[in-house]
Amino acid sequence: MPETSETLSLSSVVGDAIRRQIFAVQDFSLLSMRSVVNVFTPPYYWTDALEQMDLIGVGSLPIVIIIGFFIGAVLVLQTSAQFERFGETALTGDAVALALVRELGPTITAIVIAGRNASGMASELGSMVVTEQVDAMRALGTDPIRKLMTPRVIATVLVLPLLVAVADFVGLVGGFLVAYFTLQLGAVQFWTRAINALDFGDLVQGFVKPIVFGFIIATVGCYQGLRVRGGTQGVGRSTTQAVVISSVLVIVIDAFLSRLLLWSFSR
Amino acid sequence: MVVQPIGIDPPGDLPGTQESAQKRPLRIALISIYNHRMLRPSRPAPISEMSTIVPGEPLIAFKDVHIGFDEGEVLRGISFEVWPGETKVLLGESGSGKTLLMKMAAGLMRADAGRIRVMGHNVEEMPEHELLDFRRHLGFVFQEGALFDSMTVAENVAFRLREENVPDAEVHSRVLETLHFVEMESALDKYPAELSGGMRRRVSIARALVDRPPLVFYDSPTAGLDPVTSQTIITLILRGRDLQGVTSMLATHRVQDAFGLARFRFDQAADRVVRESNNGEQPAGQQNHHEDSGPTNILVLRDGTIYFEGAAEEMLQTSDDYLKTFLASAE
Repeated sequence: MPETSETLSLSSVVGDAIRRQIFAVQDFSLLSMRSVVNVFTPPYYWTDALEQMDLIGVGSLPIVIIIGFFIGAVLVLQTSAQFERFGETALTGDAVALALVRELGPTITAIVIAGRNASGMASELGSMVVTEQVDAMRALGTDPIRKLMTPRVIATVLVLPLLVAVADFVGLVGGFLVAYFTLQLGAVQFWTRAINALDFGDLVQGFVKPIVFGFIIATVGCYQGLRVRGGTQGVGRSTTQAVVISSVLVIVIDAFLSRLLLWSFSR
Repeated sequence: MVVQPIGIDPPGDLPGTQESAQKRPLRIALISIYNHRMLRPSRPAPISEMSTIVPGEPLIAFKDVHIGFDEGEVLRGISFEVWPGETKVLLGESGSGKTLLMKMAAGLMRADAGRIRVMGHNVEEMPEHELLDFRRHLGFVFQEGALFDSMTVAENVAFRLREENVPDAEVHSRVLETLHFVEMESALDKYPAELSGGMRRRVSIARALVDRPPLVFYDSPTAGLDPVTSQTIITLILRGRDLQGVTSMLATHRVQDAFGLARFRFDQAADRVVRESNNGEQPAGQQNHHEDSGPTNILVLRDGTIYFEGAAEEMLQTSDDYLKTFLASAE
């Protein structure tokens, strides 16, 4: 008999865990939908959205510039040896441009913003939940999703493509400088090849991805913040989960999105 | 009382949509999604659309209300009423469900069973977007104040007015007036972190009273405060009750708070707290006692049920050991 009860308890534990995950996905989906629907109906919190744009966009600019520059530089360092073997160092511009615009620019920038801002959103909103500030907002007749979440979603979705554009450009500059000093590639040769390597489909890929990633980062960050339970320890746990979940989702969805976009723009 | 439906009108009723309905299927689809009950967000409704006090009906009525969590039921079969002008003091040990009861009345938490009727609304049946409008007619003072820590004192008090798009000049004058009421006008530009616990509670009371709500919930407003500051907070609650005619529910574990509210009142002419006459009636010549100010009643919660309900004097004359324990703590 003890075996039966152990089996039962194990199945109930697993069942509970699965049920909790399904409810979490349902809550997340509904919350994300509410945040989007709020964009189209008053009242609007444009000032809050602008504040968030400043916090996410301007605040992340230095780190995005540094990371973008060195990603471009290291890309040339790693690929130049291979191109030299075939005497095709001129292709460095093509490789850097394609890798940055299609893939590394959006993905690396999104992961940086997830680390910096999804955690910030989760900890800020989480602290508000545990100190009853979110309840106080509801008690004052204000919808916390509309006031807190929607401006963050709008801000991240609008600002991330701009940050990616900056990262792409700075990355190309970094790549060019390394190519100029190590491969003695001329500026005209590098930039002409880099620009010509990109077609319309690559640019679409480069700008659709950050829009999707921005939505994931903001919704996951806010969801993790608004569902905090268990005081300051809960805030810490949610902050970690916000970074982990949003980073993993960015990478996983990037794979599917790349396939979809490559298929859409294949000739 | 029927609550006005909140949301945008069906597509057919929108100006100019009838002839062009077929040309704009996307818009119609979006409106249909928007009008979906679960997705429909809140939108401030004019105050006049929401009922507040229904004549002949209690302001708050709980009928056989139950709520519980994983650990079991916390409140079992709670029934009571609060009438306009009344001050209901909820006494009970920590964890007895005082805060839960008030949060359910304000629609911040859902009861598992039972009926909760507040200001003419069946709270347990209202969706969140209607509750948001409903809550604009009541004040809630949270246990730790729950002030927005990224906003100054003035911004905290002005929050509700800003949400209602009150003009700047009026916001400024009403914030000053309310902060003067709680004697905190000198802290306008301070942040909550710069204030003491008692000052935070006072700002929180100002934030709840700024829009002159007819009903205010005070969740343990004196918890963790020294006796002098606690007395200041009770004086503010008396002022709200006696000068603004606020009906209130106050959760506390301090029996002194209950007796303070029952035995004293705020005299505007003398600008101080004075003792009520023995029979609870207004003394002759005291014209400033607000006409809506009603009795103070105590409701003691124990083991998830109402253990005692009655006036402070009734509680004083009790022979019950548990109530005597409470009374002893005040001595």
